Amino acid sequence: MLGEGILKGMAETAKNFFGSYFSAARMTTVEYPEHRIAPYEAARVFPFLVFDGKDWQAGMRCVACQICEKECPPKCIFIEKSKDKKPDALGKLQFYPARFDIDISVCMSCQICVEVCPFEAIKMDTEFELSTDDRFGGLLLDRKQLAKSNQYYRKIHPAEAAGVDAKLAAEKVKADAKAKFTAEAKIAAIAGEGA
Amino acid sequence: MSIAETNTEKFEGWNRPAPIKLEGEGELLEVAMGPHHPSTHGVFRMDVALDGERVIRLRPVFGYLHRNHEKIAEGQSYLASMPYTDRLDYICPITNNWAYALAVEKLAGQEVPERAEYLRVILGELTRYQNHASSIGFLIQEMGATGTPLMYAFREREKILDLFEELTGARMMVNYMRFGGCRVDASPGWLDRTRKVVAGLTKFTDEFDRLLSTNEILMARTQGVGVLRPELAVNAGVTGPMLRASGVNYDIRKVDGYGIYNRFNFRVPLGDHGDVYDRYMIRLLEMRESIGILQQALREIPVGPVMSPTARIRGFRPKRGEAYGRIEAPKGELGFYLISDGGPNPYRYRVRPPSLINLTVLEDMCLGVNVADVVLIFGSVDIVLGEVDR
Repeated sequence: MLGEGILKGMAETAKNFFGSYFSAARMTTVEYPEHRIAPYEAARVFPFLVFDGKDWQAGMRCVACQICEKECPPKCIFIEKSKDKKPDALGKLQFYPARFDIDISVCMSCQICVEVCPFEAIKMDTEFELSTDDRFGGLLLDRKQLAKSNQYYRKIHPAEAAGVDAKLAAEKVKADAKAKFTAEAKIAAIAGEGA
Repeated sequence: MSIAETNTEKFEGWNRPAPIKLEGEGELLEVAMGPHHPSTHGVFRMDVALDGERVIRLRPVFGYLHRNHEKIAEGQSYLASMPYTDRLDYICPITNNWAYALAVEKLAGQEVPERAEYLRVILGELTRYQNHASSIGFLIQEMGATGTPLMYAFREREKILDLFEELTGARMMVNYMRFGGCRVDASPGWLDRTRKVVAGLTKFTDEFDRLLSTNEILMARTQGVGVLRPELAVNAGVTGPMLRASGVNYDIRKVDGYGIYNRFNFRVPLGDHGDVYDRYMIRLLEMRESIGILQQALREIPVGPVMSPTARIRGFRPKRGEAYGRIEAPKGELGFYLISDGGPNPYRYRVRPPSLINLTVLEDMCLGVNVADVVLIFGSVDIVLGEVDR
């Protein structure tokens, strides 16, 4: 019969239309600013710099090794190494970034900087409401704007942050043991010289 | 008028073919469809010469979305091109990743662990499913059915994109595959949710089938329109659902058996007439085959690492040589051709995009049809301009 296929299709549409009043599974959207779907843990938007403790300058994990700057595909990271050194979390003297800018109008959220960072210093944020009317300065983030605490990192990526914390703690234990060993060796050497 | 005759016309100025004059009839009407036209999926222009409603000549004009992808890739490390491949065919980024990773793995002789291969198949088939569903939706939209089938397809696509986001962190720009495996492992919870989504896909495919396949308007508009002969399809290098709709049995998953595809039982649907309706039907049937592959892969996926221990992220320098890696992407044969001179970046990097090569037969399919059917035939090719222009 001519028109049978159309009627069959109409029946499907009607089923979907009336179904949306009864079945929650057929309601696929939410009304955005009022209702929000929580982001997935793996969600990524733009990178930020992690710091330990309270002071963002003292606790900055980044040692300005410039690997991320080199590996970044669209070259949106700009780093200037410091002249002097400051002790990092393990007590070792390290450089720090005197300047660390990310142009998030260029960044394409590919996460390669996070993958290549050997110091767990750069991670992906989940903040996405970043629109601004200042299209040049407003989207060029400097190191102060990029610095976010480890607590924040734990909040947005709990499972991933737990792994990173465990890894850093293990490294610290190792470094402490090594430092203790060298200190003891020094004391022994001094004692030996004395005798 | 044949194509050979129109090609001999002298060009005056940039890309402007001379007006065609018919004996005793004056000039033809030339219409520029696009680059901003509701029927073009991106910025693509068709210069159509019309005799009344009939198409006499059609010239595709490419390049509005050219991003210099190949040259950029030649100046960067192998890894840095991976996120750019997401942006070629942005409807199916996973298969782009896969083809590129396959080419580099061939170049470097890199092994891929079992679990990573299964994850690639699962994600690749999910991609194929959502690509075919939304491309059918777009095709029907171009016939004037604004919204309904497309929104139904997008409702299902949304579920698949949610799975992608949960695993890779992004809905579309996934940047997931690495040379020698995949970036992150899938949790058991993710696999369970995928099983649940895949279980729902059969129901959706049936719904889509009932909604469209026997619709008289769709049949009247598409059957016998835009016929592509198998000889021409083979000669023009057309691949994917377009080629199979013309009746040529060529599926790289079967021919090459790349990855672990030779372990899966699936059939290759073939068309009879090579018209728009066959292309629609092939996509629908391939969606069903994809569900079968997905169920099998989700049942058999082993535990283990997802990255090969010999894989390198930084300082990756494959030895001198060349490699061509190709896969059956949802749109056709997607290949990456790489030449390495032993340095950190490829000496030559070339993409063989299915969208562009399938578009080359557009004029042959459109000659003599009404101008309203041009839109339909163009929609049935299933292109993404990000891949056509690169």
